[in-house]
Amino acid sequence: MGYMKPEPSASDVMRRKTRRFVILALAVAALAFLAIAAGGINDNLVYYWTPTDLRAAGNKAYGATIRLGGMVSTGSIRHRPGTTGVEFDVKDAGAVVHVKSSGVPPQMFRDNIGVVVEGTMTRGGSFESHRLMVSHNNQYQAPKAGHPTNGKELEKLMRSTEGL
Amino acid sequence: MIATAALGRLLILGALLVSTAGALLGFASGAKRSDEGLRWSKRLAYAFGALMLLATLVMEHALLTHDFSVSYVAHVGSRSVPVWVTIVSLWSSLEGSILFWGLVLGIYIAAATRFSSRGNEESMPYAIGTWLACGAFFSFLIAGPANPFLTISPAPLDGPGPNPLLQNHVLMVAHPPLLYLGYVGMTIPFGFAVAALLRGKIGPTLIRAMRNSLLLSWIFLSIAIMLGGWWAYEVLGWGGYWAWDPVENASLLPWLTATAALHSAMVMQRRGVLKGWTLTLVQASFLLTVLGTFMTRSGVFNSVHSFTQSAIGPTILVFLAAVLIGSVTLLALRIDTLENDGRIDAPVSREGTFLINNLLLVLFTFTVLVGTVFPLVVEAVNGKQMSVGRPYFDSMVVPLGVALLFLLGIGPALPWGRAAREDIRRALLPPIVGGAALTVLGVVFGARNPWTIVTLFAGGYALQVTIVQLAKLRHSRRSVGAYVIHLGVAIAVVAIAISSTMRVQREVVLQQGQSATIGAYTVTFTGTEERSEPHRTSSIARIGVTKNGRAVTTLEPRMNHYEMMREPIGTPDVHSTIGGDLYISIASLEPNRAGLLLIVTPLVSWIWLAVLMMAAGGVIALVRLPRMTPLPALRREGSGEGLAV
Repeated sequence: MGYMKPEPSASDVMRRKTRRFVILALAVAALAFLAIAAGGINDNLVYYWTPTDLRAAGNKAYGATIRLGGMVSTGSIRHRPGTTGVEFDVKDAGAVVHVKSSGVPPQMFRDNIGVVVEGTMTRGGSFESHRLMVSHNNQYQAPKAGHPTNGKELEKLMRSTEGL
Repeated sequence: MIATAALGRLLILGALLVSTAGALLGFASGAKRSDEGLRWSKRLAYAFGALMLLATLVMEHALLTHDFSVSYVAHVGSRSVPVWVTIVSLWSSLEGSILFWGLVLGIYIAAATRFSSRGNEESMPYAIGTWLACGAFFSFLIAGPANPFLTISPAPLDGPGPNPLLQNHVLMVAHPPLLYLGYVGMTIPFGFAVAALLRGKIGPTLIRAMRNSLLLSWIFLSIAIMLGGWWAYEVLGWGGYWAWDPVENASLLPWLTATAALHSAMVMQRRGVLKGWTLTLVQASFLLTVLGTFMTRSGVFNSVHSFTQSAIGPTILVFLAAVLIGSVTLLALRIDTLENDGRIDAPVSREGTFLINNLLLVLFTFTVLVGTVFPLVVEAVNGKQMSVGRPYFDSMVVPLGVALLFLLGIGPALPWGRAAREDIRRALLPPIVGGAALTVLGVVFGARNPWTIVTLFAGGYALQVTIVQLAKLRHSRRSVGAYVIHLGVAIAVVAIAISSTMRVQREVVLQQGQSATIGAYTVTFTGTEERSEPHRTSSIARIGVTKNGRAVTTLEPRMNHYEMMREPIGTPDVHSTIGGDLYISIASLEPNRAGLLLIVTPLVSWIWLAVLMMAAGGVIALVRLPRMTPLPALRREGSGEGLAV
């Protein structure tokens, strides 16, 4: 007696079709989600830049959220009249950026100290910051006073304020 | 007499030896089904636990006796810090924390070997083998790249003490151990999952062992995440509890997949489906704890958690890669051996909502994971530093969270299996009353943000469903626990929505005697005070607080100066009430002038309490309480209406 392979029943075919449809739907949903996530990340990146990086970025600097790390130039600190904020210059070995910061500056804020400010560059030529951080990390050694800072040191400085 | 450091090294080498032998023996005796092999694997598992315990005791002894010839003590010890700080110094820096990790792992392995063996004799060798393989890896870390027991000669007379930011608050005692209990605990269900795949079979006793161990670490992880947020709130001074910081995300990721796994395990238990999927989630939870360890301990993200740049990063990365490749290979080769013995009949059913729950939790995990890892990948590729800003996480996660909250209301209202349309309507319509009530209440109190209002509705809906279910007292103990967890989740999500969208913040500079108002509060800067303790000196701003004209309290935010620190560390002070918190932190302080950050946040304390409620629910579901009163009718397992059996 010959063995006959049973024909797939109608419900089996249906089930397989449903399964294929579900897999396809999930794949489309995953792709859509991926696209949304990628767009979301792209719109919300925070760049860690030195004044030199910021100048080098040119027009790209406007509008992006930036964490700018550098040294406070000696004698540049002014209180912003009518507010609790301050303005000052942040410099590294290659460039200087004028920063307008809102909010009360932290206790340790003074001339010649490493700072990280978060905010955006305006077309008016100054950096509007809503967050002013002085390194809290005891591992971080401040560069000697007046010593022009290089990229490596600033990288360390910016890292030291992550997670605060 | 043998030196303390050498004794510690000896114990760790012993642990390395025992765990390596036990791992090999475990897998071998699993393949050969050897009873004798299983017996010896168990002994080696206990021996590993004992050696880790001894090594930790040796380290604590060295810390307490200020034996600075031991490298770790020289690194974090100090004669001038209080005893409690000395004790918890064990987990205040890299080497000690890895040793502590080994201790927790040892205890877990010994306990799981002792309490999960019955009924799982065929799986245990593989499980013990997997656990001890992890044990061997951590023994290797302690013996090699992160050795806390190096000898320092000549021994220094005193040490710098632990990181001041960590000495600054007593929550430091509780947060790290609980996080470790949660993180390391994921090793145990992972071992069971590997065993199930290697055997090609997962039966009721193994499911129970896996779920219980998963639930246990989920409980610890929940509390740890909450304490981490609370600590950030009480110590860091910016007035928030969650910043989507990589280290915070690292603790959240395995929690999300574990939550998904706890739910899919229920479907597996009831309907005989989703076996491979559940095991995948359990493995993912363990992998994410290893990834989290890599991110927090290797120095790729600098924060209060990452201590110094260390050599253990690459080692952990190799371990992560090995576990990942092993898990994926195992799943690919063995997943077909797990036969589904049931199916899901109707999409609109309890199990249907479990599927959506799993999908949403996985998307949630994926969102957070991508946002966290992306900057690392970019930096590895082109060396540019960047991070992903908070708006990304908020905008992605809020809709997912609200959808999950809705599901938390809909799921338990629906019955298992196929249900008549009329029954479904009767189950889903009444809770709309609860949703509407909470929404109205919120709007009356000033909620305007659309997402907050949607959250309030979903929260009210879920609360009504959960409370109605809890009121039906015929549930099994496990379901009561599950509903208590749900109650906590609903309260927590609503409190998070309210506290993050309805907080008011002001920065002021006050001269002595001057006042400022925020919300219903008036704060007056009455003066400063200096206070010195052995390990620090504090400058305190005294702030009188009145509410609607009545004096309520005096707050004392302070700046703490530690001897070994260049910068002072601010500690905010908080006036907590059931309705909300007044939070004051110092930006700058001079004798008669204070720059202050004032924040009024509604319902913050509810978050901490709600998470404790979740943990309590987990404990109720986990602990086998002696039955006080006989249940009206003994139900066959799997026939109750509860969330779980």
